[in-house]
Parts: sequence; C-alpha cells; structure tokens
Amino acid sequence: MKILDQMKLFKIRGGVHPEDCKNFAAEQGIVDLPMPPLLHIPLQQHIGAPAQPLVKRGDLVKKGQILARSQGLVSAPVHAPTSGRIMGIGGYPAHHASGLLIRTITLKPDEKDQWGKLPAVASDPFQLLPQQIAQRVADAGIVGMGGATFPSAVKLNLRKRYHIDTLVINGAECEPYLTCDDRLMREKPGDVLDGIQLMGHALGVKSTIIAIENNKPQAQNAMFNAAKDFPDVKVVGLPTRYPMGSEKHLVQTLTGKETPARGLTADLGIVVHNVATALAVHEALRFGNPLISRVMTVSGQAIKKPANIRVLIGTPLSHLVDFCGGFVSELERLISGGPMMGQPLPSTRVPVIKGSNGLLALTVDEAKSGEQMPCIRCASCVQACPCGLLPLEMAANIKAGSLDASVNIGLLDCISCGSCAYVCPSHIPLVQYFNYAKGELASRQQVQHKQGETKRLAEARTARMEAIKKAKREAMLKRKEEMKRKKEQEAKKQKEQAEKQQEDKVEASV
Amino acid sequence: MISAILILATLGITMGTLLGIASKYLAVEGNPLQQEIEEMLPGSQCGQCNYPGCTPAAEAIANGDAAITICPPGGKALVESLAEKLGVSVELSDVEEKIPTVAYVHESLCIGCTKCFKRCPTDAIIGGSKQIHAVFADACTGCEKCYDVCPTECIEMRPIQPTLQTWYWPLPNKEGEKMAKAA
Amino acid sequence: MLGIVIAECKLISINQLLAMEFLLIILSTALVNNVVLVKFLGLCPLMGVSNKLDSALGMGLATTFVLTLAAFAGWLLEHFVLAPLELGFLRILTFILVIAVVVQFTEMVVRKTSPALYQVLGIFLPLITTNCAVLGVALLNIQQENSFLESLLYGFGSALGFTLVLVMFAGLRERLSLLDVPAAFKGTPIAYIVAGLMSLAFMGFAGLTSH
Repeated sequence: MKILDQMKLFKIRGGVHPEDCKNFAAEQGIVDLPMPPLLHIPLQQHIGAPAQPLVKRGDLVKKGQILARSQGLVSAPVHAPTSGRIMGIGGYPAHHASGLLIRTITLKPDEKDQWGKLPAVASDPFQLLPQQIAQRVADAGIVGMGGATFPSAVKLNLRKRYHIDTLVINGAECEPYLTCDDRLMREKPGDVLDGIQLMGHALGVKSTIIAIENNKPQAQNAMFNAAKDFPDVKVVGLPTRYPMGSEKHLVQTLTGKETPARGLTADLGIVVHNVATALAVHEALRFGNPLISRVMTVSGQAIKKPANIRVLIGTPLSHLVDFCGGFVSELERLISGGPMMGQPLPSTRVPVIKGSNGLLALTVDEAKSGEQMPCIRCASCVQACPCGLLPLEMAANIKAGSLDASVNIGLLDCISCGSCAYVCPSHIPLVQYFNYAKGELASRQQVQHKQGETKRLAEARTARMEAIKKAKREAMLKRKEEMKRKKEQEAKKQKEQAEKQQEDKVEASV
Repeated sequence: MISAILILATLGITMGTLLGIASKYLAVEGNPLQQEIEEMLPGSQCGQCNYPGCTPAAEAIANGDAAITICPPGGKALVESLAEKLGVSVELSDVEEKIPTVAYVHESLCIGCTKCFKRCPTDAIIGGSKQIHAVFADACTGCEKCYDVCPTECIEMRPIQPTLQTWYWPLPNKEGEKMAKAA
Repeated sequence: MLGIVIAECKLISINQLLAMEFLLIILSTALVNNVVLVKFLGLCPLMGVSNKLDSALGMGLATTFVLTLAAFAGWLLEHFVLAPLELGFLRILTFILVIAVVVQFTEMVVRKTSPALYQVLGIFLPLITTNCAVLGVALLNIQQENSFLESLLYGFGSALGFTLVLVMFAGLRERLSLLDVPAAFKGTPIAYIVAGLMSLAFMGFAGLTSH
C-alpha cells in the first residue's frame, strides 16, 4: 500500500551509497542534556558578519536574552541559552578544524534557568505579513540547521527578488550515522509541520514538498499523517543515495532542473529549508523562543552510548561525551557533522554551535584511511561525482600547481561532497586537493585585491608628493612676486620723498 | 657562370626590396607585452627585484633579461600567471614563498624622527615630527623600506597570522595526512 | 589505385577522379608519408614548441604558411629560371634564399598580429628557415617532377600533417606534465619515447594508399 504522495522523480548523476550506520542511534529517543558548568557561545555561528556583543563581563542575563546583535544584512543575533552571569568575552577555540580562536562569550549558568522577557507572540501567526514573520525569524537568530548556517531570514526574504512558488523541506539526512532530523520528524511531526507552513506563508509559495529518504519509513509515515489535512503539502520519498541532501541535487531529483552554476535554487523558483530550521521557526513564532538549543546525534563505535540529544548552544563537547558514557575503544577521529563532509575537530573543548548536527567518534576500522597509492585513472571518481566533474583531472592539475587549469575544468562547481574520495581505490584524498585549491584561489584573490589597493595607495602618494612640490613652487613664486612688489613700492616711496625734499628746499630758498 | 651570378643578384635585390616595403607596413610600435606584464606586477615599487621600480622590471621580463621569479611579493601566483602569459615552464618549487609580513612600530622605542614615514611607498605609516608613529597594517606591503632606516630599530616585521577567514586546508602530502596549519 | 578501381566501375566522372586524386595527395602526404613521423624531417620544432597546445598550433600555422609559399615559389623558380638556364647547381642556394625571405615576412606578420605568440615562439620562428621539412618538401617536389598544382598540394598536405602531429604531440605533452614520470625521464626523454610511439602508430597508415 502506497502511503506517500506520488510524484515523478528524476535521476541525479553519480552519487554513492555508503553504509548508513544509522542503526547505532536511530532508535534512541531525544533526551535532554543536564546543564553543563560553563557555556561558551561564539559570536559567529553563521555565514556572514559576526554578531556585535551587547553585554559585558559581570552582567547577569536571563534565559533567551539577547547577548549580541546582528551586524549588517547577512548576520544573526546570539541569545543566552540559560540564565547566569557573563564571565568574559574573549578568544576561545572555535568549532573548526584549524583550532584557531574565535571571539566567544563565556556564561556561567546559575542553575535557576529563568526565562527573561520574550517578544510578544501573535495569537495567529498566519495573520502576520511575510516580512513580519521574516523579522521575527531574524530576531530569534535562526540559521540553517542542516549545517550550512545561512541566516534563515535572508532566505525567507528571497521572495522579494525572486519569484518563489515551491518550498522544499530537506528531510533527506543523507549523511551516515546522523539521525537527529529522523527523530525530530518522528517525535514532533505536528510542530515541524507548523513551522513548515509558517515558512511557506512567509515565502508566499503555492506548494510545499517534504522530501524524506526511503531509509526513514517511520519518519515518512509520521509526516504524511501530520500533513494529511493539508492538500498543498506533499510528503515524497527519495531514493537513498548520497548526496541527496545537497539542495541543488534535491531540487534536481524533484524537478529535473539543474540549478545554474554559481546561482541559487531560487532562480528555479524553489527555496529549500531544513527540518530542524522549521522546528526552530515554530518555536520562535508560537512561543517567542529564540534559537538556544538544538538536537544533535552522538554516534560512532568509539562512543559508549550513542544518542540523540537536545543540547544547549554553547555546551562544551566534553560534557556531551561524558553524558554518552565517554570513549570506549581507541578513538581514531573526532568529527563534527557527518563522515562524508564533516570537519575533524582538534579537541572536545570546543562548544556546540547552531550548525553542529552531529558528533562522531570513529574507530580505526570506521575511519578507513588506507595507504595512499598513485592514481590509476580508473575514473571511478568521474562516475561517482554528482556534479559531473572530472576529479582525477582536477587533482592532477592541482598537484602540478596549475590551479587555473583546474578552474577551467570546473573546480568552482565542486560541492566537496566527498563521493570521489569515497570510491577511489587508491585512497587518494581528492576532496582535500579541491579544498586546498579553493582556499588557495581565495587567498590569491585577496592578494590581487591587496595589490590593487597597494597600487592605488602608491599612486596616491606619488600624487601627494607632486602636489606638495607644486605647492612649494607656487609659494616660492608668490613670495618672489611679493618681494618684487614691495621693492618697487619702497623705491617709489623713496623717489616721492626725495622729490618732496627737493620741493621743500626750493620753497625755502624762495 | 655570368647568368648564375646575375640570377642570384637579381633574386637578392628583388626579395630585399620586397622585405623592406613589407617591414614598413608591418612595423610594430613599442612593446605591448611590457604593458601587460606591468599590469600584473604588484606595483608597490619596492625594489626587491633589484630594478628601480615595477616599470623597468616589466620591461626586463618582457625582453627576457629577467627571470619571471624575480618578484618576491608576487609569490607563486604571479610566477604562474607570468608563465602562462609567456608560455614558459617553470619549477614552482624553486620559488621561495616569502612569508607575508607586516611592519609594527614598538611605540616605547619610537623617537618620532619621521625617517620611516617619509620612505613608505604606500603611506602606511602615520605620524609627525617628534610624535609616535604607527603602521596601518592593511596598507603595509611588507617591503621593509622602513625597517631598513629606523635609527632606533623599533620596527619589527611580524608575519601575518592566519585567521578563521583566511585559513584553508594545506595540500595533502604523500602519506595523505592532513595537518592543519597551526594557529 | 582506388581511383582507378572506381573509375572502372564508371561511378564517377573524370573531374571527380581528378578531385579524388588531389584528395589522395593530401591524405598521403599528411598521414601516410607524414613529414615528421615517417620522413623524420622537422624534429626541432616538434620538440621545441610542443609544450603548450596554443604555441604548437601557432607554430603549425606559421609553418603551413611558409611551406605552401615555399613550395609555390620553389616550383616557379625551378621551372622559369633554373631549368631553362641549366642552373640546377644553384637550386639549394636559391631555395634557401626564398625560404629565408618568406620566414622573415611571416615573422613580421606574427609580430604585428600576436605579440604574445611572437614571444612564445621566440627563436623557433626564424628557425623555420632551417626546418628541413620546408627545404625537403620543396626539393622533393622537384625530384618527383610534380606539376604546379601537385606541388602546391604536396606542400600544403605536408604542412597539414606537420601541424596535426605538432598539435597532437602538444596535447600529449600537456598531459605528460601532470603525471608522475620517473625523475630520469622527466621532460625531453619521455617526450621522445612518446614521439617514437606516435611514429609507430602512424606506420599503420601505410596501407591506406600506394602513393
């Protein structure tokens, strides 16, 4: 019996089918984490400009109070996950592979967990204007919770510049091990659907599609039942393939249309949002709650008790690991996010941020890093690439140092999904080459920009020196003129005096 | 015998005349390649290439008198683009990637002599006579002209630290180990 | 031979037969008796300019221009000056004179139209004068007693073959530069090995015509 809405689906190129390893955490219901002793809230947990702090050391804050406001158009505010005292604002290791420091607010919870004054909620948010909904979403600090962390309000405002007719909800969760979106859809389908409809209202779309991979039948069932009464909301099952969760490929599967290179899905009239983002929108518009917590999956064979946990933003990962029983076997790699596209973390000191959807503790067997061997040009990577690129050619060019050649064959269209590195029989870290190349190109652009500025400054300086010289010359000339005039005047005066003396003499003699 | 000499002579004179006429119509003014190369150079007139400025350096490169690796501020990116333009191949590993540095004035040692301020090609140092000088890090190109003249040696060339915005993955080495650039 | 067979079947007219004859000349000089890989003339630019595809193509076009013009001028010189006056012993001298002038002219044109290509080709542009392919083709025309049209086509066909090989070789060398070649073979040695393999491959064309 078909329980889902029928829709014609299209094929995407390439992609891989890794073992989904979701069995470790899939049946663990969402639990709440006990309060950690300290919370570290970075000022930048989103794409865009960092937030500007509004509190200082020693301030007492309440739960949900705004700690830092957004700066500029593409930014998001940051709120206090619980009530307590601000211990300081300073550098702290970032939730990033580099281990570099980022400006972070440290908060000491006072165990009382008291809510502060929240913004007034509308009794019927559907009566609000779209821009009002977007404003409330912005004020709540909601960003893309699938990991991209793009400020959601900016995405909701796309209706101003593009003609949007469909909202697609990304319930694919194609990364192995992660089950947080799955559990959310199973446990709170009504709330998630409410958030989805609010977003749809904010965008002014005609139809909504909730796309869930076929390896999550219970989630599909739950959402389908919740959406039964709404004819413009369809729940569609996706074939289980990585990277189905990539928004461009999701849109291609549903509509058959490819997003233009360097363009947005909005160019096709579609906006994609994550399931957890929808839940956050529901919380913000129905209760006025800002984004201060999220559901995360802790999994991997090196962790004792894998779980799906609702954590407060800013919780140190070490607290999370202890709650899950600590590390059991030899920890080979600690990853934030999924194993395909996640970042390796240098330590568990770093805090949970708005975009962390998973923490994986992988053993040696799971990490599967084999010894690197030369490329045999088997082209398995070409078959696997979902963007239709040539990973072997691009990597060979990057290795030889000709980055421009790799750009010519499409480096900038690479989404760094890792499918090519996954299938490579020689265990070549292809994605690392592409990430290096993209970073190097960005850095060269910076250098170019700096060179342009340097030229401008050097020219301005030369102009300034010339102007000074010119001014000096003119001043000199002017002085000469003055002197000359003065001399002439003096001479004239003397002559007059002499004449007058003569006249007096003559008069006297007469 | 005579005919041979005559034929050769005639041929020579005719061809020579034709070439002379052609060279007049196909004459080329200046060297447009030099202009293009000059555009690519950093333009800070720092003189680290031992040429008195970027224009003579561009001329030298265009004529082939100077190697394309002479410009340290340009780095590997410049070498690659010059190689592309001139169609020469070059071993990029020979190019020394100079760590970009920025000048910093230790204010406790500055005596306000204005020597550095006058030498800076991009006006990146502010300060007046008998006043403490400071460096605009954004405008500094690390050419070290100020560092050379400071009488109290209070200028330090500091390497630019990577930030979260500028950090990126290094090239994977043979063993496939990715070592993040240390903070 | 193919032409004779088809004519015997009375499928085409004499004009078409002649056209086919000329097509055969071009095919045979370009592929079967390729001037670079079979006759082994003109190896200097093959190794020198084939690092990049663009410069190889530029060189090929320049040599085509020179070769065709040289074959044309050579034939005229032979039939109107050297043969009637029995000055056969001056052939090489005058041919080289003509070729040198044509190359000078080509150099001026290239310098005017594409300074970048001029810079890239560098010394190899005036070295077309000493390209044995150019002199060789001009002399072979005389040796084979080709008619005017035949010599023109012979020259053009050879140049086409030269360009084809140069471009293909440049493409292969660009790919070679990305590969992990053993240190002792890096650069010219591996290029020669590849050229030798290409030459072997071109031997396969031997059965195409009996020209």
